[in-house]
Amino acid sequence: MSLREVGAVTGVGETAYSRDSGRSVLALQLEASLNAIRDAGLDPKDIDGIIPYAGAVVAEDFVTNFGIPDLRFSATTPLGGASCVAGIQAALAAIKAGICRHVLLPIGRNGSSGGRIGMRVQQMPQFRVVGEFEMPLGAIAPAQLYAPMARRHMELYGTTSRQLGEIAVSTRGNAILHGNAMMTRPMTIDDHQASRMISDPLRLLDCSLESDGGAAIVVSGAEYARDLRKRPVYVTGIAEGHPDSPSAITQRPDMTRLGLAKAAPKAFAMAGVTPADIDVAEIYDCFTYIVLCQLEDIGFCKKGEGGPFVESGAIRLGGKLPINTHGGLLSQAHVVGMNHVVELVRQLRGEAGPVQVTDAEIGLVTGYGDMGDGSVAIMRGG
Amino acid sequence: MTNDSYDKPMPEPTPDSAPYWAGLQQHKLLLQKCAGCGRIRHYPRPMCDACYSTDVTWVEAAGRGKVHSWTITHHAFVPGFRDELPYVLATVDLEEGVRMNAQLRGADPVSLRIGLPVRVDYERAREGLTLPILRAEG
Repeated sequence: MSLREVGAVTGVGETAYSRDSGRSVLALQLEASLNAIRDAGLDPKDIDGIIPYAGAVVAEDFVTNFGIPDLRFSATTPLGGASCVAGIQAALAAIKAGICRHVLLPIGRNGSSGGRIGMRVQQMPQFRVVGEFEMPLGAIAPAQLYAPMARRHMELYGTTSRQLGEIAVSTRGNAILHGNAMMTRPMTIDDHQASRMISDPLRLLDCSLESDGGAAIVVSGAEYARDLRKRPVYVTGIAEGHPDSPSAITQRPDMTRLGLAKAAPKAFAMAGVTPADIDVAEIYDCFTYIVLCQLEDIGFCKKGEGGPFVESGAIRLGGKLPINTHGGLLSQAHVVGMNHVVELVRQLRGEAGPVQVTDAEIGLVTGYGDMGDGSVAIMRGG
Repeated sequence: MTNDSYDKPMPEPTPDSAPYWAGLQQHKLLLQKCAGCGRIRHYPRPMCDACYSTDVTWVEAAGRGKVHSWTITHHAFVPGFRDELPYVLATVDLEEGVRMNAQLRGADPVSLRIGLPVRVDYERAREGLTLPILRAEG
């Protein structure tokens, strides 16, 4: 028994991305959701499952605003930035169990206008351990908590800041082509190298954006997906993975390996494909280093070879493995990676416009969250 | 410094961690040792993941270790750290087999490397709160 081809992404939707939406988080999520539901050719009242991002908005808000008559399934997948892709796994499991047919996965935030990340993260349950033992010492923000992973990778494997810069530069180029991206100014490696150091080795241009906006998808059971408005994009492999010492990177036996390293082999086995079969990948990019580490953990290259891999041009449009064709969290917007799922679906439908990867048939999307949780989905066009 | 002006995150000790924080006040780095199987663990938590015992004794660490990784922070994410910039946060393998994280004081950034020997020291942050810090050995 597996979740292979149990369901498909049938609808995707987004809002515009900005620094100050002037709207409520719920309003952003409803707009993105309505766009996704209509993209699928469904009516909001067809939705019978909801997996909201853990936080400000709950399933009941959608029942109320959409007048959903019979919500049969709701859950959250609290894996931080790995939540969205992990949510697809939960949706497919519920569909496989016969609980529901069409599951809405909405996300939205006023991540720019709604206040900056500071002391408030100490109160979040997933940060409780570092909140008590590390934040009082001055290790507060993700950039500071993650930087030692990047530093150790550099010391062990010779990875350089310029190689991280290639990820930022390549991603920016895609954002500029894409159209719905916050960052539209060209970036060079020199720009990256000149950007101020935040927490060494992570510079400002290694860090993702703070954004206002929303994105949503609809996941439908395979038998209900076929006759909808758009070609279904089938999920062929999916898994989540939690690293050892999931709440404290400090205590992790190997801090250069993420939860994704446990999940990726399961997803590939389920899908019956290998990394060489992937035509396009949307890789969660809260920081450039996290992209590099995931490329290794997935198996696109060996552990330690991520630097030369990206430096070869492999991840650029037209390269061996184009990634983050929409501009990612680094240059499009930070909507916790749902924009990565949206983009992968558009790539596999052939709807990606100026950033379309030629003949993209099989794609992969990841999530990364909190202190190293991972999730990955492999999809194919219908 | 009065309590009101302290603008850094404060730990909120739990019954599982209170001896650790009390130990720092005494300039001792205390680690949990499982009373069931003898395994030393850190950070403080209720259960041994090897034998599931919740009984612990607290042992004093030697306070010596080697750098596992680090970051040099140039940006204050809360105002209280502004005057300390830039500061080094080091992750250290302690002799007892667990890791700790703390600010490494007085080390030349170019001297930082995996394996750099360090020792634990203590710094009074405010009334009732002592934090561990690290100093390069020798």
